[in-house]
Amino acid sequence: MARAKTGFPFASIEQINNSQLRANLKSATSAIREKRAKVVGEKQDWEELRRKGERIKNEVLASLDEYLLELEESVTKVGGVVHWAADSSEANRIILSLIQEHGESEVIKVKSLTTDELHLNEYLANHGISAVETDLAELIVQLAHDKPSHILVPAIHKSRSEIKELFENTISKGKVLGDGPAELAEASRLYLREKFLSAKVAVSGVNFAVAETGTVCIVESEGNGRMCLTLPKVLISVMGIEKVLPKLDDLAVFLELLPRSSTGERMNPYTSTWTGVHTGDGPEEFHLVILDNRRSHVLADPVGRQALRCIRCSACLNVCPVYERSGGHAYGSVYPGPIGAILSPQLFATEASLSLPWASTLCGACYEVCPVRIDIPRVLVHLREKVISEGYKSKSEEVSFGVIALILRSGRRFELIQRVATQIRRPLNRVLLTVSLPGALGKWRAARQVPEIPDETFRMWWRANRSDNGS
Amino acid sequence: MTRTVSLFVSCFNDMMFPKTARAAVEVLNKLNVKVEFPDEQTCCGQIHFNTGYASMAVPLVKHFVESFSDSNEVVALSASCTAMIREHYLELASRTHDDELISGTEELVPKVFEFSEYLTEVLGVTDVGASYPHKVSYHPTCHSLRSLHIYHSAIALLGAVKGLELVDLPYAEQCCGFGGTFSVKNSAMSTAMLADKTANILNARVETVVAVDNSCLMHISGALRRNGTGISVMHLAEVLAQGMDGGEG
Repeated sequence: MARAKTGFPFASIEQINNSQLRANLKSATSAIREKRAKVVGEKQDWEELRRKGERIKNEVLASLDEYLLELEESVTKVGGVVHWAADSSEANRIILSLIQEHGESEVIKVKSLTTDELHLNEYLANHGISAVETDLAELIVQLAHDKPSHILVPAIHKSRSEIKELFENTISKGKVLGDGPAELAEASRLYLREKFLSAKVAVSGVNFAVAETGTVCIVESEGNGRMCLTLPKVLISVMGIEKVLPKLDDLAVFLELLPRSSTGERMNPYTSTWTGVHTGDGPEEFHLVILDNRRSHVLADPVGRQALRCIRCSACLNVCPVYERSGGHAYGSVYPGPIGAILSPQLFATEASLSLPWASTLCGACYEVCPVRIDIPRVLVHLREKVISEGYKSKSEEVSFGVIALILRSGRRFELIQRVATQIRRPLNRVLLTVSLPGALGKWRAARQVPEIPDETFRMWWRANRSDNGS
Repeated sequence: MTRTVSLFVSCFNDMMFPKTARAAVEVLNKLNVKVEFPDEQTCCGQIHFNTGYASMAVPLVKHFVESFSDSNEVVALSASCTAMIREHYLELASRTHDDELISGTEELVPKVFEFSEYLTEVLGVTDVGASYPHKVSYHPTCHSLRSLHIYHSAIALLGAVKGLELVDLPYAEQCCGFGGTFSVKNSAMSTAMLADKTANILNARVETVVAVDNSCLMHISGALRRNGTGISVMHLAEVLAQGMDGGEG
């Protein structure tokens, strides 16, 4: 099957050519990269922490069934209700019916990544329910009818003046705003306060859920999470099955790893944990929706499963030279960047997502910063092999690689080909250097002068000068 | 001569950059290391493995291990090939369930070193007596920097070259955008990355860019030449062979 023109190479071109976007992303990602490097650098035991994080997550994945049942038991014991969702449509149905039970037509949301995966907002809208995003950047994206382009900073592709204009046309209609951060934040605050105080139902994501105690944890920077998690009567939290942790103590490791990796902060500004329901304090009803959505399928792959260790810090996005130049939209998934390139093809396996394993030079910057040591380049190569073996490949490429491999399986055959190429190097060099070439090679050469084939290979030189008794 | 090493030149250098391999022979000889060239050697299999044809790389792993089975130590003239061998060979060999190949691979892999790594870590040498009175930037290629962690080796070796002025390359740690078939499959992205790398090199105002991977250097040089910058590229081995007395041998 030939590659359809829907994958990353095509989706990224518009962004690559958008110099404003590239400048926005470059300055945003380099700033956060430097912050991260600074606070990670001051942590003497960082490598040890990474290994701890990796170990805990591996332990969870190795006994996921047990930890999830333990979590269900613990949550139930403290007054929560656990719902199991095999896929996105089941999760959406569960959430919708919970909202409908309370007769609500508007809900507030915090930490929306997993619900973005479900396309929950569209689903609810189709059933007459509006979902209001309360993370500032998510709100911006929602008001602009746009899509998030970064895990942590979903509106990273938007400039302040664009946001000012957007607010003046939506939540601050009739007002004239400045484009200073404080003024823009205040505009959103005025709008959101009203929502917080009137909403009866909140929908949240989950950063961590502790099997031992049934405690759920959300880590955020704006305080909106606190509002969503405490003010409404009903709280519905949605988590992927991989978000469970064995013990409360394990949180300590991740609360060190996460803020340093994601925002470059030593400590996270607003960390909320809650354990079930308490009369007169916080929500009266707590529902935990535990989502599979092909995660168990990812778990079955011994190499690919490490992607499930991800704690959504987005450090890999911020260091990725490809992400820096493409932005998040080109990945065509709620999970962009290097982690998206290994998660999306495994979770969604859409045709466009199958091009993502090749959307990397394997430079390894992502692996170097990953707080749970996901060897992203290794998984990318593994997925390349898997995607090809499942038939998504170019026949001509496969044949060429097969022929090259056959030549390279023998020193003699390789030498023969070298001799031929060296013999005809003059016309060959002329073709490579001057004759206009079609397709990929032509495009390649437009930006790069190809090297000339020299008149003698090393092997030939060695044979002529050194082969008698070594050198 | 006290030591004997087998040179793994890599298929790419053998064909396109024989001068790098000749320079490496010269430097090693100067340091009293005898060099052998097992002529069955071809390719480490990295191109196949990285592009998604791991099963085609497996026979190349076998071929490599057999070609170097008599070697005491192997010096490779490419960091990315060295990383391929170090990180993936055992896993690929294990796919064959061929015990002889697996044990041969286990035995060989720890004996394979990248050229600059071999000089500083095995021989303990930083000053090879070279002289190159020019302004130079070092581009730490991705595999040398993040897989082999040998940035310090090249920097120490370059630091000891007489007359050489080492200039910091802005955003040096960023990939040049080559990535083998990446530069064809995602050519627009590759070109954008290369353009930034080239701009950073121009900002450094150097005469020569040095690295330990000719594949990346070919990519960078392609843009430097296409744009008529007059900036040259050199493999580290070629810099270290500059101004040495005694010539080849």
